[in-house]
Amino acid sequence: MMSQWVDICNVSDLQPDSGVCALVDETQVAIFYLAEDELVYAIDNYDPFGKVHVLSRGMIGDIKGEPMVASPLYKQHFNLKTGLCLEDETVQVPAYGARINGERVEINLSGAGQ
Amino acid sequence: MSNKQTLVVIGNGMVGQYFLANLMSSDICDHYQVVTFCEEPIPAYDRVHLSEYFSGKTAEDLSLVAPGFFEENNITIHMADKAISIDSDSKIVKSEKGLEIAYDKLVLATGSKAFVPPIRGHDRDQCIPYRTIADLDGMLAAAKESKVGAVVGGGLLGLEAAKALQDLNLETHVVQFGPRLMSAQLDDGGAGMLKQKIEDLGVTVHTNKNTIEIVDGEHCKHKMVFADGTELETDLVLYSAGIRPRDEISTTCGLKIAERGGTVIDNHCMTSDKDIYAIGECASWNEQIFGLVAPGYAMARTVIDHLSEGELTFTGADMSTKLKLNGVDVASIGDPHATTPGSLVYTYQNGVDEVYKRLVVSQDKKHLLGAVLVGDASGYPTLSQYYLNGIELPENPDSLILPSRSDESVGLGPDALPMSAQVCSCYDVSKGDICNSIENGNTSLAALKSDTEAGTGCGGCVALLKSVLDCELEKAGIEVNTDICEHFPYTRQDLYNLVMVEEIKTFNELIKSHGRGRGCEICRQAVGSILASHWNEYVLKDQHLGLQDTNDTFLANMQKDGTYSVVPRMTGGEVTPDGLIAIGQIAKEYALYTKVTGGQRVDLFGARVDQLPLIWKGLIDAGFESGHAYGKSLRTVKSCVGSTWCRFGVDDSVGLAVELENRYKGLRAPHKIKFAVSGCTRECAEAQSKDIGVIATEGGWNLYVCGNGGMKPRHGDLFATNLDKETLIKYIDRVLTFYVRTADRMQRTSVWMENMEGGLDYLRSVVIDDKLGVCEQLEDQMERVVETYQCEWKTTIEDERKLKRFRTFVNSDKHDENIIFVEERGQVRPANMEEREHLKLAEMA
Repeated sequence: MMSQWVDICNVSDLQPDSGVCALVDETQVAIFYLAEDELVYAIDNYDPFGKVHVLSRGMIGDIKGEPMVASPLYKQHFNLKTGLCLEDETVQVPAYGARINGERVEINLSGAGQ
Repeated sequence: MSNKQTLVVIGNGMVGQYFLANLMSSDICDHYQVVTFCEEPIPAYDRVHLSEYFSGKTAEDLSLVAPGFFEENNITIHMADKAISIDSDSKIVKSEKGLEIAYDKLVLATGSKAFVPPIRGHDRDQCIPYRTIADLDGMLAAAKESKVGAVVGGGLLGLEAAKALQDLNLETHVVQFGPRLMSAQLDDGGAGMLKQKIEDLGVTVHTNKNTIEIVDGEHCKHKMVFADGTELETDLVLYSAGIRPRDEISTTCGLKIAERGGTVIDNHCMTSDKDIYAIGECASWNEQIFGLVAPGYAMARTVIDHLSEGELTFTGADMSTKLKLNGVDVASIGDPHATTPGSLVYTYQNGVDEVYKRLVVSQDKKHLLGAVLVGDASGYPTLSQYYLNGIELPENPDSLILPSRSDESVGLGPDALPMSAQVCSCYDVSKGDICNSIENGNTSLAALKSDTEAGTGCGGCVALLKSVLDCELEKAGIEVNTDICEHFPYTRQDLYNLVMVEEIKTFNELIKSHGRGRGCEICRQAVGSILASHWNEYVLKDQHLGLQDTNDTFLANMQKDGTYSVVPRMTGGEVTPDGLIAIGQIAKEYALYTKVTGGQRVDLFGARVDQLPLIWKGLIDAGFESGHAYGKSLRTVKSCVGSTWCRFGVDDSVGLAVELENRYKGLRAPHKIKFAVSGCTRECAEAQSKDIGVIATEGGWNLYVCGNGGMKPRHGDLFATNLDKETLIKYIDRVLTFYVRTADRMQRTSVWMENMEGGLDYLRSVVIDDKLGVCEQLEDQMERVVETYQCEWKTTIEDERKLKRFRTFVNSDKHDENIIFVEERGQVRPANMEEREHLKLAEMA
């Protein structure tokens, strides 16, 4: 599949050190913004444990140096780069490409991670 | 039918009940059909804490019998029936009501009665013993028409009775026959100091007073006339001048009676008849009567062991005691009077702080023989271990009672204790038991308490328990990691202090100066809570945004399907009809599921994130504000309807509940906080199961703290009684701020209390006596939080930028199509998996 960057929103629409959700085609994408480092990460919004679309509303941070989000429902951690669940390695949510392009935020559904 | 023998227990007091409970959990419980007689109309209750009947406890609270105990264990109990004679030849017990029970084995646990001096007028109206709950009810009735009360007897129980009189707001006198108070336990110096301290509390103590008669008074109902010609007018006389063993029934079958009373027992607690045992205060061992409960329990265990053909013997008991009389610490160990030949004495007397300490040591100064502590009994655990275990004293024994002016520790390290050393005397838990429990993984104070029961009785051993725990963990090489997470090498309390002392206002500042990495949901939330508790800034300020869990971020509670519930505040559970209609209209407009909560308000479920600001706009327009149901903060102050409407109400519980809820709303804490206020002791608001509970009494408000419902229910501890509103609020301010400052993250007040060294007494000393000198600070901090309160929802809906956060998608106005409801009982609920599949198929078709 061709790598395709989709324009989403302004950087000012993001929430510092927290997440927002974007709809890209039919896919719900959780976008997290590390304000100080000006970094964005994107993974799927679907929580495979709670079986609902909520990961964008989890708290973020790092565990052993890796950026992660904690599910707001049952607190499992997911690596923001890979979508891998830290508590259960057999569980992984899709990770997507995310970047800041000037003032705009872009997502690439076929690009895994950064 | 069975070949069980019949065991009859006469008396269902503390020791009788302890015997039954231990028998039932022993290996021989199936060997006997058990029958017991209880002379009083209620089964066993806690006579040691009788005076608490006047400070808020009920007869049920004092009961020592678990509900259903007799039925479950198939024990026949004859209530309000007194066993009056024994025929030891045909082995039959007869009762007052005419029952005749044949026995194989008989246990006497008849206890004792209060000694009433045989003086003229001793049986006048309102001259009663202080011994049973029935006595207390008589006392309560008498107190209603009394202004002055006098206790005859200045012993342990007499001083307890004096506290009861004070709790009833009577002018209180203690009349002691001898020259000193608690003459069995204290020497002259200690008794003198105790007298001074008791008098400071408003009790008048009369020593060397031999009452010769009680006659009509001039200003009061009675006049007590003393041998020295002086007199005392009083409306109520309580007898608490020692006990006399109940040995009447023993004489009916010729059991051997001791010279000074009591049924004679041997080392197996067996009487002169081999099928009859005697335990507790009715028994005389070696010409001694034991008027404490612990030796009675030891006798009960001895009898069960003897029935099981074991080796246990009863050979006397340690009569050491530690107690708090009206807040005055008193302790006595071993031989306080230095009657042992050659013994030496050290004393320390501090007239400024009113502290007295005395040590009695052996001639070679190697062993502790006795001690007296008045005004400061903190040395009791260490001293009693020296005494009980015969541990060799340090070179200068007086270092044990002199105030330590430097950092040197004079305490006895737990390592010095033998495994057999008793740490908890209430539940007979040894150091060995504790070490076993630690080995089995109970490595926190709370876990250790619940596993071994140590520290759950009087609580006097908790400090020692903690030091044994720390010492064992250290020895086992288990480093107790109290770091909050990998980002901060600190506990929550440390972080709180850093924030406070260095005036840190953001998470980034804190993690840069004292932590590492970016943080995680553990430390971010904890610091978010600390910052909110201390500085009380708007939680959705940009700098604090990433510190809030989803509930705080969206100021609502996320449910399993990703929708939220909304709870407007209804202070004290009060709501106007218009308010209720407004809530109904809003719920209807957004098709929300509505349910009444346990905290007396209405919860609205099924709101999508984008609907939250609209719903709140409506609620705020109707006069509501945030209920903080989403926060680790004050939730609700539940109340009963109180004196405004209720026939039984003593005070305005709703009014107080509304005032308290408005005062503490918005206060962020380590965990959620619930209050309740009841308008009388019927306790309809269930205040004793709350973090803060308040109950109205005739004398003012009673304050309970650290109660909890939930997974592990805990009754609140009675913290202070008969408070006026101003003092009540002051105490609550201090307790809550102290909790906010010192608790661990996600620690409810109940667990905080369970883990606190020194427990309730310590908390009282901080909050009431200002032991740490921080009360003013604690109050100021609360005042700041109260002054800076804001309704977070009001602030949020007024800020366009903040409202952006509530869009479902940052780049689309669509809704989350995965949120699907179905109808049930006339309202919506989230569709389950099966229903979702079904609906999806229907849509595709």
